[in-house]
Amino acid sequence: MLSTFWQVWVAVIVLGSMIGCGVLIMYTSRGQRKEETDQTTGHDYDGIQELDNPLPRWWVFMFWATIVFGFGYLGVYGLGNVNGLLTVEVDGEQVAWSSTNQWKAEVQKFDADIAPLYAKYTATPVEELAKDADALQTGQRLFKSNCAVCHGSTAKGAQGFPNLTDNDWLYGGAPENIKHTLTYGRQGAMPAWGGVLGEEGTTDMVNYVRSLSGLKHDAEAAEKAAPKFQQLCMACHGADGKGSQLVGAPNLTDDIWLYGGSSKQIEFTLKHGRNGKMPAHLEILGNNAEAKIHLLTTYVYSLSHQQ
Amino acid sequence: MIKHDNIEKSLPLMVVMIVIALSWGGMAEIVPLFWHNDTNKPVEGLEPYTAMQLEGRDIYIREGCHVCHTQMVRPFRAETERYGPYSTAGESVYEHPFLWGSKRTGPDLARVGGRYSDEWHRAHLYNPRDVVPESIMPSYPWLFEDKVDGRLTPKKMEALRMVGVPYTDADIEGAKEAVDGKREIEALVAYLQHLGTVVTKR
Repeated sequence: MLSTFWQVWVAVIVLGSMIGCGVLIMYTSRGQRKEETDQTTGHDYDGIQELDNPLPRWWVFMFWATIVFGFGYLGVYGLGNVNGLLTVEVDGEQVAWSSTNQWKAEVQKFDADIAPLYAKYTATPVEELAKDADALQTGQRLFKSNCAVCHGSTAKGAQGFPNLTDNDWLYGGAPENIKHTLTYGRQGAMPAWGGVLGEEGTTDMVNYVRSLSGLKHDAEAAEKAAPKFQQLCMACHGADGKGSQLVGAPNLTDDIWLYGGSSKQIEFTLKHGRNGKMPAHLEILGNNAEAKIHLLTTYVYSLSHQQ
Repeated sequence: MIKHDNIEKSLPLMVVMIVIALSWGGMAEIVPLFWHNDTNKPVEGLEPYTAMQLEGRDIYIREGCHVCHTQMVRPFRAETERYGPYSTAGESVYEHPFLWGSKRTGPDLARVGGRYSDEWHRAHLYNPRDVVPESIMPSYPWLFEDKVDGRLTPKKMEALRMVGVPYTDADIEGAKEAVDGKREIEALVAYLQHLGTVVTKR
């Protein structure tokens, strides 16, 4: 809200300018001849002379029209603290227009319109909703706006950002797991082992990890690292290297690699650790976040459960 | 009365009249805001940038990020739906200069903080195509090699303090140490992850 001083300040300048423009056009029109003649104003610039004719009528009319429009605009939208006649509906009541109220009205109207649809979707279990083409399309659009930046528009992911279409899950692929991941986020925690393993130990371990997925490796080196795997890696990745969805430790035996499966990439992961992070989306998704998460869960679930 | 003949023939008079004419709207639209609480009071929880964030912000300016990215969520449903709560003036009182921008070639960044992981930002700034194949954003690989020079950081903070940013002596004293030797990418990511996080209710 403007203080009284500034309210008066604004009003005087705005109204004063509008009235002033009217006075100016009247003042300059005064004493002008009515018809076009060859009479000049007497101005002569390098031989170019200026005719002294009245302003074109349409031009003068436009001038007055803009002033009238200005007053109309003030009447509709208001000036400073004084509200105009235009109203918008907020919380079921007609209130004076302001940009904030207009935004509130837009949001509330949309939320009210979509509420029945969202209610229907959230009441349907994910497995069943995954057969509803409309719900999937809405889910896909939400995915493209919010998830595609990391997971890609085809949801196939990128290095460090999981592929969501292959039914290989770090934290579980059941609807409630996906929903938990979306709502609260996930934080990966692969520690750096470079110091513990040493240069040679790391190379051996790379070979062992590659052997788990049946990739080309040096069998002798892998054998050397096997006991160390049981000692250092088993806690998260399991004795057989099949991982644990409880802690988000990837399965190392399926030749699906979040950070790449080349010797170089595995070596980097071992040496420096990995701390992949999925941000919590409950707040990011804003209005109707629960319903959006339900639809996103459905869409993500559908990607690896094609009919 | 001034004849328009006189104005046309006197450059100084012409300049004065033009300045008055151009300032007229600003007198009503801008000047009152200089004394307005909504525009002058920081929103609750607003803190001055840390030394790292401040250096990150300067890298943001140096690389011209503000040319393609705005930092201004407007009060339209489509925008608040996509980006989060609309921007308010109280969030920008410590911004000198503000980086609201005027053109979106890329998306608005006013609420980008916390939206993606640090790792995503690093991958994306190194080569945007690695994570967003459709992206037309340039790559910034040098940020991963160049180090922040902390010699000027305390001076920047002092300058900001002169225009009203409440840095304490302790902030300024520790500034050089906080940024020296850090890679530029770390400073930029620290800045980006902080953007828009003061206002959390979406």
